[in-house]
Amino acid sequence: MKVFLPRGLVLAAGSVLIVLLVLPVLVLVLRALTPDFLSSLLNPTVTQALRLSLITTGISLLVTITLGTPVSYLLAHYKFPGRRFLEALLDIPLVLPPVVAGVGLLLVFGRRGLIGRPLDELGMSLAFTSVAVVLAQIFVASPLFIRAMKAGFSVQSHQLEAAAITLHASRWRTFWRVTLPLSWPSFVEGCILMWTRALGEFGATIVVAGSLAGRTRTTPLAIYAALEKDLDVALTLSALLAIAAFTLLLLVRRLTERQEA
Amino acid sequence: MALINLVSAANITVFAASSLTEAFSTVAAVFETQHPGTNVTLNFSGSSILSSQLLQGAPADVFASADETQMTRIIDAGLTITIPKVFALNLLSIITPVHSNLVSPKDLQAESGILLVLATPEVPAGRYARQLLTRLEKIYGVGFSQKVLSNLVSEEISVRQAAAKVMLDEADVTIVYRSDLHNLQGVKQLPIPEGLSPVARFPIALLSNGRNPELAIKFIDFVLSSPGQNIISQYGFISP
Repeated sequence: MKVFLPRGLVLAAGSVLIVLLVLPVLVLVLRALTPDFLSSLLNPTVTQALRLSLITTGISLLVTITLGTPVSYLLAHYKFPGRRFLEALLDIPLVLPPVVAGVGLLLVFGRRGLIGRPLDELGMSLAFTSVAVVLAQIFVASPLFIRAMKAGFSVQSHQLEAAAITLHASRWRTFWRVTLPLSWPSFVEGCILMWTRALGEFGATIVVAGSLAGRTRTTPLAIYAALEKDLDVALTLSALLAIAAFTLLLLVRRLTERQEA
Repeated sequence: MALINLVSAANITVFAASSLTEAFSTVAAVFETQHPGTNVTLNFSGSSILSSQLLQGAPADVFASADETQMTRIIDAGLTITIPKVFALNLLSIITPVHSNLVSPKDLQAESGILLVLATPEVPAGRYARQLLTRLEKIYGVGFSQKVLSNLVSEEISVRQAAAKVMLDEADVTIVYRSDLHNLQGVKQLPIPEGLSPVARFPIALLSNGRNPELAIKFIDFVLSSPGQNIISQYGFISP
């Protein structure tokens, strides 16, 4: 492709952006990767935060897959009144500041909230629990999974599904053996995008779940808390998140490239 | 050049603990009317955040901290010119939503799902709160503090965040400064037995990397003067 912009301009803009976007991540990782990095991974604050993050994001991912797969299939294949509107609604969390999401969740699931109050009367409280952490993660991250799956379901051929049905495969079997395998790359991409976003969730979590080590203090919250007293812990966790995010991003790129090839 | 000098001569920046937000806003406003043409820029945040910013080279003329630990960090780094003076004392207050069944600090050790929220121990208010719980053991017995802390559901980054959770009625109880009370709606206090509240001491000092020491000294003098002390006591602080 021919570049019409002056080369100097492209170079200058490119270097400014690279300094701005890449340098902070690079310096962060380099500062954390000292000989003490491995031992600081064993610091109880670090392991506790990582453990909680892995458990909560794992549950969030499972719930999102279970609820998100049928919804994205519906949105990809059926035309019904209000479909565009529903699609826009499901994208709201992507553009909402996470803190706002937290306030909204509090007004619904908090102890005086719409759903939280009846639950509280039944003796079930969600605010300040790990359940609230999971709710916050699902709220902010599941739209990423739905978007990816919608795209995956849309590209595949209807004819193959129809063929399976004419061969007397049940609808269920068709979905499992034909539909899902065809959209496999999108499924993996959706899972990775959803999971990394959930892993980094901060704003909604701190509002609706609070911050207590071992219960609601996930990795980003632990980084924030550690900034006040123990910079090493903050650096170790930050570097881990940065490395994990970058590795998974590369994976997503490879997947989408293969899909396009 | 004269103009630039004039402008810079009339400006100071004050870093102050977030619990001083309302009191220092009024103090600065009165100071500015008494010294026409001057401008006091206020920066409020948690004392530990402010001291970290100062250690990283943030330019300021005056530092007013919520505890002596954060001030000591600044002194040790050689960033102060004057010896810090304590200009305000503060007591603690245990607050709950107004309709709460809790009536005494003793009730906080119940095992029946009380939701306690505190500022983190790194924030002065969070440290004072834990000191208070330990001191209450004199009355409620050994192990009281531990029982109460087993009800802890969140460690918030500032005392104001902790208070917000109680105002929203999401948490049952938190411990704040007495000077915070006039900002809080829909809460009531649980009485702390006389003489058991830790006393928070707020020191103020002139900083060495400020641009305007003359005016900064005048500001500190005003804070310590009786008109300044009157304003601060109106916001629930105690004059030392």
